[in-house]
Amino acid sequence: MTATVPTTAALALGDDALVLSHRLGEWAGHAPVLEEEVALANIALDLLGQARALLSMAGDEDELAYLREERAFRNLQLVEQPNGDFAHTIVRQLYFSVHQHLLYTELAAGDGPFAPLAAKAVKEVAYHRDHAEQWTLRLGDGTEVSHDRMTRACDALWRFTGEMFQPVAGLDTDGAAMEAAWLESVGDVLRRATLTVPEGPRGGAWSAGAGRQGLHTEPFGRMLAEMQHLHRSHPGASW
Amino acid sequence: MTDTDWPLWEVFVRSRRGLSHTHAGSLHAPDAELALRNARDLYTRRGEGVSIWVVPAAAITASSPDEKDPFFAPAADKPYRHPTFYEIPEGVKHL
Repeated sequence: MTATVPTTAALALGDDALVLSHRLGEWAGHAPVLEEEVALANIALDLLGQARALLSMAGDEDELAYLREERAFRNLQLVEQPNGDFAHTIVRQLYFSVHQHLLYTELAAGDGPFAPLAAKAVKEVAYHRDHAEQWTLRLGDGTEVSHDRMTRACDALWRFTGEMFQPVAGLDTDGAAMEAAWLESVGDVLRRATLTVPEGPRGGAWSAGAGRQGLHTEPFGRMLAEMQHLHRSHPGASW
Repeated sequence: MTDTDWPLWEVFVRSRRGLSHTHAGSLHAPDAELALRNARDLYTRRGEGVSIWVVPAAAITASSPDEKDPFFAPAADKPYRHPTFYEIPEGVKHL
């Protein structure tokens, strides 16, 4: 890798993909139906592939994934949020995949160091986004129970969405334009799903938003412990 | 939540242009759009296909095993019905 690779950005995007991949992997054996379990695992594997490529740009992928402490991770707080119920997972997917799709589309169109990776990943992410939108429509406009659960999830995760558009060193993207596009897309899906677009804060003093600076929410530490314990117990082990 | 409420769908995949869709398997899904997406996740993740059909399993009328003889047996003793006397031209891979 050349010295021009923006390590901060590679870590930020790589950690997003790695952490969300692990969260989605937690559904294996627990998903509501077999078909959906495979779908979530497929999305997790796409993200893991992206994470490997991105982290390898920043250093040794295994070392970065398995031997860093919590404070060294640069992922968004949104992706580390626990799975909750299926609605919660779907809303997290919706919020994140729309953002990731916009971001990778822009990166793929440029000629920066992330363009080749983004060009490949954008097709995967388009599918993740479609998956989340399809489910949002069905659960939001489904039964009373599914509607309530979706409403709860939309509100609970809303405060983690502002962080996605903060500038990242080394990423030459237009955060404001992306945020406007995100609000429009997500708002449109939520309205079509008969859900209300949450009104709470998405940034600022009272909301979350420091994952990029290494500050994480409480459940993240436990997730990391589970993700890293095997590698730490058997350093250097291989298949 | 159980999957017992979701109807069964049969999945047909066209593996390449020029080939017919062939039966790949079945799955459960609440509607046709999600059945198509589930089919993609279950059957075409490794480049197995270029086109997918999903059909509600309930829409398929199948021959009954009891009718096996009247349906299928007579053909076997009339070899002239089988296209075994033709030579397949070179270059035709799928006939």
